[in-house]
Amino acid sequence: MIAALETAMSQVPYSMAYDAREALLKDGLNALTAQHYAACEPYRRIIDGYWKGATNAQSVDAVPYLPVSLFKTQKLMSVAPEAVRVTLTSSGTTGQAVSRIFMDAEASSIQQRALASSLMHVLGKKRLPMLVIDTDAVFKDPRYMSARGAGVLGIMRYGRNHAFALTPNLQPDFDAVRAFLDDVNGEPFFMFGFTYLVWINFYEQFRDAGLDLSNGILIHSGGWKKMIERAVDNIQFRSALGQAFKLKKIHNFYGMVEQIGSILLEGPDGLLYPPNFSDVIIRDPVTWEVAPNGTPGVVQTVSLLPHSYPGHSLLTEDLGVIETVDAGINGWMGKGVRIIGRVPKAELRGCSDVIAAAA
Amino acid sequence: MNDKIDTVFLEALGLDNLDDKSILKYNEIEAWDSVAHMTLIAGLEDAFDCMLDMDDIIDMSSYDMAVKIMAKYA
Repeated sequence: MIAALETAMSQVPYSMAYDAREALLKDGLNALTAQHYAACEPYRRIIDGYWKGATNAQSVDAVPYLPVSLFKTQKLMSVAPEAVRVTLTSSGTTGQAVSRIFMDAEASSIQQRALASSLMHVLGKKRLPMLVIDTDAVFKDPRYMSARGAGVLGIMRYGRNHAFALTPNLQPDFDAVRAFLDDVNGEPFFMFGFTYLVWINFYEQFRDAGLDLSNGILIHSGGWKKMIERAVDNIQFRSALGQAFKLKKIHNFYGMVEQIGSILLEGPDGLLYPPNFSDVIIRDPVTWEVAPNGTPGVVQTVSLLPHSYPGHSLLTEDLGVIETVDAGINGWMGKGVRIIGRVPKAELRGCSDVIAAAA
Repeated sequence: MNDKIDTVFLEALGLDNLDDKSILKYNEIEAWDSVAHMTLIAGLEDAFDCMLDMDDIIDMSSYDMAVKIMAKYA
């Protein structure tokens, strides 16, 4: 594990202020660029061809970045193929190629540890009883085997005594939920689900069931596409769940398989915060220059986690805006980000083509 | 203590024997995938009547590590 990551992980999660984080990330990202440049030939060709070599970046925003879509077309790894222990694939939008992410034993342990530190920040150190807002068929039934199943399984290890709120047909399982709530008997518990399932298959089905979820902590994630179709935003989501279930502790998170383990977690002000070992840069979609805070643009994410593949600096296909820096509410520091939606397809072409040509 | 751990490993990973414990590593043998990992954790918690921390679960990447971790709870 690189030294900068150890330093970042040794501090309270989400507590590092912008200046200190910038300095630490600059060193760590430069170290990762050098490491991947030496170990990953396709990455080296991109850096030489498009970025004029692996020079030491003088600031975080000067660190070379790759478009996230590159992981769909290229096999990018910085470890020997026989050292790969886990290959992750993205869910992918219908009809699209999926990303492939390669991890050796060390990289896999680093990402689990990092994810655990983020989750523990809101869940506490003890594993809580867990209500999964999904069906257990999502990982038990091979026909379902999907990124969703892998996601559920990946999070489930952070809870215990799991119950599942939905049947294999994604219908509400009232008996399972009531039995779970009887068992926890007023103690805190953990709920996890993909945002659209939480809304459509849980909230809309259970809202009149008189459930008291006031001791629950809900962590949810996933695309907002189906939510936008229903005209539900984060504020309505929170207030509806609060009214129906007395559920107040709700944390959305934003993450992607290409930077697995780094999650932007919803803080007390409803904004998404990158953990200490990562950050968000917003770029103007025309000039690719850094956009000023408060101005929407394309989201770039940097993270010190990717050790086995060159994913430490990625241009995503999402639009976002930095709303605050070092707001410090309940100790949450760094950038407070709002994700606005997907970039319309055509806009990323320029960048992708340049990189593809260079490769 | 090792007997209890062995019983849980045999059941959770669905193995016939534990002749070579050095190969028992998470994600290195087919039997020990993420589903089996949770079965294993639940089994160890039952057998030792304890509750493992998140750190324990991440650290438990081999049979040897499991013995080391469970010693805290034995």
